[in-house]
Amino acid sequence: MIEYWNPLIERMPLEELNKLQEGKLKSTVRYVYERSDFYRKKFDEAGIKPEDIKTLADVVKLPFTYKKDLRDTYPTGMFCVPNEQLARFHVSSGTTGKPTVVGYTKNDIHEWTTSLARAMTSIGVGRGDVIQVSYGYGLFTGGLGLHYGAEEVGSTVLPTSSGNTEKQIELMQDLGTTTMACTPSYFLFMTEMAKSMGISLKDDTKLKIGIFGAEPWSQQMRARIEEVTGIKAYDVFGTSELSGPLFTECTYQDGIHIWADQFLIEVVDPRTGIPLPDGERGELVITTLAKEALPLIRFRIGDNTVLNREPCRCGRTHPRIMRILGRVDDMLIIRGINVFPGQIESVLMNIPEVGEHFQIIVDRINELDVMTVQIEMTDAAFSDKVNDIIKLEEKVASALHKVLNLAVKVELVDHGSLPRSMGKSKKVIDKRKL
Amino acid sequence: MENKIIKQISLFSENKPGRLANIADKFRDAGVNIRAFTIAEAGDFGIIRMVVDDPDLAHEVLHNSGFTVSETNVLGVEMVDVPGGLAKIADVLGKENINIDYAYAFVTKIEKALLILRVNDIGAAVNVLERNNIKLVDMKDIEDI
Repeated sequence: MIEYWNPLIERMPLEELNKLQEGKLKSTVRYVYERSDFYRKKFDEAGIKPEDIKTLADVVKLPFTYKKDLRDTYPTGMFCVPNEQLARFHVSSGTTGKPTVVGYTKNDIHEWTTSLARAMTSIGVGRGDVIQVSYGYGLFTGGLGLHYGAEEVGSTVLPTSSGNTEKQIELMQDLGTTTMACTPSYFLFMTEMAKSMGISLKDDTKLKIGIFGAEPWSQQMRARIEEVTGIKAYDVFGTSELSGPLFTECTYQDGIHIWADQFLIEVVDPRTGIPLPDGERGELVITTLAKEALPLIRFRIGDNTVLNREPCRCGRTHPRIMRILGRVDDMLIIRGINVFPGQIESVLMNIPEVGEHFQIIVDRINELDVMTVQIEMTDAAFSDKVNDIIKLEEKVASALHKVLNLAVKVELVDHGSLPRSMGKSKKVIDKRKL
Repeated sequence: MENKIIKQISLFSENKPGRLANIADKFRDAGVNIRAFTIAEAGDFGIIRMVVDDPDLAHEVLHNSGFTVSETNVLGVEMVDVPGGLAKIADVLGKENINIDYAYAFVTKIEKALLILRVNDIGAAVNVLERNNIKLVDMKDIEDI
């Protein structure tokens, strides 16, 4: 029996849903044009008036917005309400230069919470569940976002935030955590830590569901996590600019449901900005349809994905995007070849001898890019014959070469020596000075 | 045959300063005594192989400290400490088509040389060595050395 948070909206026939979106798109465009100097200027420059947007298809006439716009208008230049109407700020730690500030009206927080309530219901989290939120609380949106969503669906929240892992594992056992919300890397770290404490997450806890995100992780990593810990691991997606974590897969684990009454999504060619046919991989572009403080028009979020408008087996009619395996920004160019860390993870997690942690080091030696992938081996894979270990290194290198079309140096390192992360893990060290 | 098999401790280590000291410290604290010891090095990493007086304890100590470690079945062959001692053993095994994966030797206090062998067929090796009156030591002998 499939449960819905809002069955009327979630299963709305496509035609009605499109009508609903169309109305909301028109009012959003009018709203930002009237309230924001930033958007008015942008629209005027593009020669667009709100009344030019008559149907959903007209969305392509609107100019894009970028993360850079948020930085350039720091702190609140793109906001559409005066500050006294804000209920909260979150601030994202820009990796390059200035941070970006996101503001929320009370209603924005309500919409955010609703989105997560639908998502959590779709993976079977609700009353009776104890959700341990190990995303960071504070300026980062992860902790508070999941917290509100979890309370909304009637679950009990254990707001541990990240860190203090031994204590987290103790509380997980003592308070009967059923659902973990954290980055996949932190969950791996927890699993390892629990093991060293003599605790099996599979046998000695009530854990059954993981809500993992804030960093890309592969299907193969999911298979590992599910096998080792016996939970169902779900991907959660969102970014601070859109509010925070917002969407998850449903129990079918077949794409992330994006609520069409709140957001309008497109997938475009990252170079030309031209929309791609459904099913083709491109850059995700999102227009918010229900945000008051910081609406975003055709926001270039920087994630690569594939759009699927087929209604899901779960009965939800809203569009889905494929799990995100890497941001456009994460792409490495090695000797002219595009490499995503997610591709490397997929290859590594398919090799049973390779442990869950890895690191990619890129350097330029004698004018040539050199990529080294450091891995740990699982205990079971260890052979005390030197040749076997060299063969394992070669096996991994050749599997990577096949997928990436690039020679990769593979280095086996001591167990436990690769960095374990409490939050977003840093998988790539690029030493090149470009 | 079982009692003729010696449990060797094998562990993976990156080739970095301080690694060996770390292992030795763990053994000192746990009271583990090393009887024989060798490092097979291969560039960035090495494999450390040891015969110790209490392999189960040694394994536990290293495993709990996060090392990639295993117990490997090897043979301990007693050699008379005179020229030709090794030749005879290698000859006997070679004739039976038993391959030596690796070997290392040490001299005991009682002037015997002990050869530690890992072979591709440990059962067959025990048979052929005993048939040729070559003495194999057991874990008890190792403890007593």
